[in-house]
Amino acid sequence: MSGFLQNTFNGLVGGAFYALLALGLAVIFGMLRVVNFAHGAFYMLGAFGAYVLLAEAGVPFWAALVIMPLALGLLGMVLERAVIHRLTRLDPLYNFLLTFGLTLILQDLVKSRYGVQSSPYATPAELSGTVDFGLFDFPTYRVFILGFTVLLCVAVWWVLGRTRVGMVVRAATERPELTRAFGIDVGRWVTPVFGFGIALAGLAGVLAAPMRAVNPLMGADLIIVVFAVVVIGGLGSIFGSVAAGFGIGLIQAWGEAYLSDFPIVSQTVVFVVMAAVLLWRPAGLFGREEAPA
Amino acid sequence: MRRSVGVAAASAAAVLVAGCGGGGPQSGGDQKLSGDKIVLGVLNDQSGAYSELSGRNSVKAVEMAIADFKAKYGDKAVTKNISVETADHQNKPDVANSKAQEMYDRKGVDAILDVPTSSAALKVADVAKEKKKLYFNIGAATTDLTGKSCNKYTFHYAYDTYMLAHGTGTVTTEQVGKNWYILYPNYAFGQDMEKSFSAAITAAGGQVVGKDGAPFPNTSGDYSSFLLKAPTLNPKPQVLGTMQAGAELVNVVKQYNEFKLRDKGVGLAVGLMFITDIHSLTPAALAGTTYTDAWYWNFDQQNREWADKFQKETGTRPSFAHAANYSAAMQYLEAVQAAGTDDADTVVKGLEGKEVNDLFLRNGKIRAEDHRVLHDAYLAQVKPQAEVGEPWDYVKILKTIPAAEAFRAPSADCKM
Repeated sequence: MSGFLQNTFNGLVGGAFYALLALGLAVIFGMLRVVNFAHGAFYMLGAFGAYVLLAEAGVPFWAALVIMPLALGLLGMVLERAVIHRLTRLDPLYNFLLTFGLTLILQDLVKSRYGVQSSPYATPAELSGTVDFGLFDFPTYRVFILGFTVLLCVAVWWVLGRTRVGMVVRAATERPELTRAFGIDVGRWVTPVFGFGIALAGLAGVLAAPMRAVNPLMGADLIIVVFAVVVIGGLGSIFGSVAAGFGIGLIQAWGEAYLSDFPIVSQTVVFVVMAAVLLWRPAGLFGREEAPA
Repeated sequence: MRRSVGVAAASAAAVLVAGCGGGGPQSGGDQKLSGDKIVLGVLNDQSGAYSELSGRNSVKAVEMAIADFKAKYGDKAVTKNISVETADHQNKPDVANSKAQEMYDRKGVDAILDVPTSSAALKVADVAKEKKKLYFNIGAATTDLTGKSCNKYTFHYAYDTYMLAHGTGTVTTEQVGKNWYILYPNYAFGQDMEKSFSAAITAAGGQVVGKDGAPFPNTSGDYSSFLLKAPTLNPKPQVLGTMQAGAELVNVVKQYNEFKLRDKGVGLAVGLMFITDIHSLTPAALAGTTYTDAWYWNFDQQNREWADKFQKETGTRPSFAHAANYSAAMQYLEAVQAAGTDDADTVVKGLEGKEVNDLFLRNGKIRAEDHRVLHDAYLAQVKPQAEVGEPWDYVKILKTIPAAEAFRAPSADCKM
């Protein structure tokens, strides 16, 4: 029983990363209709930034947790204005290729400066212990990640659901043309929303630094699964991406724990789920069929 | 077909020329060298996962060997025209195959060095056999290089899965604990390592109470289900043996520390680790971990002096792969010097059975039967952070494993 609870907990922690990344992808896709392939690269930059801040300027984890999302959000906004914006009117494939190219550039820039070897990053001392839950104990850092991510998702949810800004973003995400027709300037929200999505990826990166290998390819490995998560949740669906993120984390953890004799199954379960969902609900679990243009 | 006939004819001609020369190496008979020069080829990973532990710095190491060779022989050197060609094989067997052919055929390379990644290493062995040119493998671990894929022109120089498993598996079983849980990446290298380790552990009186193949590549980066499982097995394992390498090893060790398995009585043994891995994880994350090393830069005065020179060239301390590339280049040049020709068959004859002591090879011997290069290996333990005296001084050597014990007996699968 305690083993099952531990694996469940782990699944939720793994899912927290998927949820943060998928949430950013979802708001970006909703607002801009851009499939941002560079999302994994920004996740990597978040982790690398935390490492560089610590190693070269002595900036601790907590400060990095604030600095990196802000800095990367800003970088995202600059990129949106400078390049992505110019291609949004064209076929989405153009921006997909553009962001894929950006990924390669960002990865290679980091590679040429820091090499491919993983960089060291220790868990902050205050979080390096374990928490005793009675039936089982669990690393404090993982408990922190889970709590922090859940809080963050709730906060995003609240902003989108209860504030005027959120109302505009939701409206523009789901029915951009109609929102424009009401006289709302959708365009001015595009850049900040892109920046926000990127900031979430950067935040996930900082959170990952103490428990994952920090190297230029860390995002490239993860992003494929995150795309599957977004598709399962429903492209552009904010709730769907978070729910699917945690769900896929759980399925992966249970798969690895109880199907470890069948590594092929635990490795591919995410994509099997994705295929099944696409057959059953082509728009994803929480997505809506788009009206033909 | 026509090409290989041509190569065969050329080598036959070279043998005749060498045979008729008779003037000895000092007479400066440049006509005995193909193209009047010696070309060494370093074929390895220069942009990916293994580029730090070998990569371009191995090219530097080979250049250092050439400089030292020229300084040693001066005007008596068989030639002063020695150069290095290099290429990135991206750890892909097909790229390694075509680059190796290009090196031998068009770049005039006499001997290829390094070639990490077992699948790529085996392809290059086939090319060396076909072209009848020398090949010193340093970077790859598979014992097939001296087993079913062995051939007359291929030498396996630095280490292999048997050496790693025998050293770490045997000593850890005797000194740390008899019950093991093995976690390995589920592909050729990992499976090979798991088998070698299981055999060594059982032979030392231990048992493998559990083993799991983790997905490879592990896209989620998560190993927690395996790490949670380890302490709950019955009987409880005293040692977690991880066969992951590079970034995956970093993930396993970070999470091993997160779940505090050492405090739960499960020690850590690592199948394959390079000094560059300890550098990325920091010695604090690995303190107390044992593994088998082929060479350590701070082992003695000789190593240290070379490591200082290497650091001047590259800005970093050498891994065992760097030292082995230096040594292999040097031994090849010495063999050409002694033979007075770079004809492959003559050089091979000179190398077979040769006993060597140099920077990398201690009590070294080039075994004629399968071309396994035997040398002392070392059981190393990562120091606690407090004992690290200077950057990169990360391990202490617990035990020297004598050359005669470090490697397996010649395999029956090897037919030269």
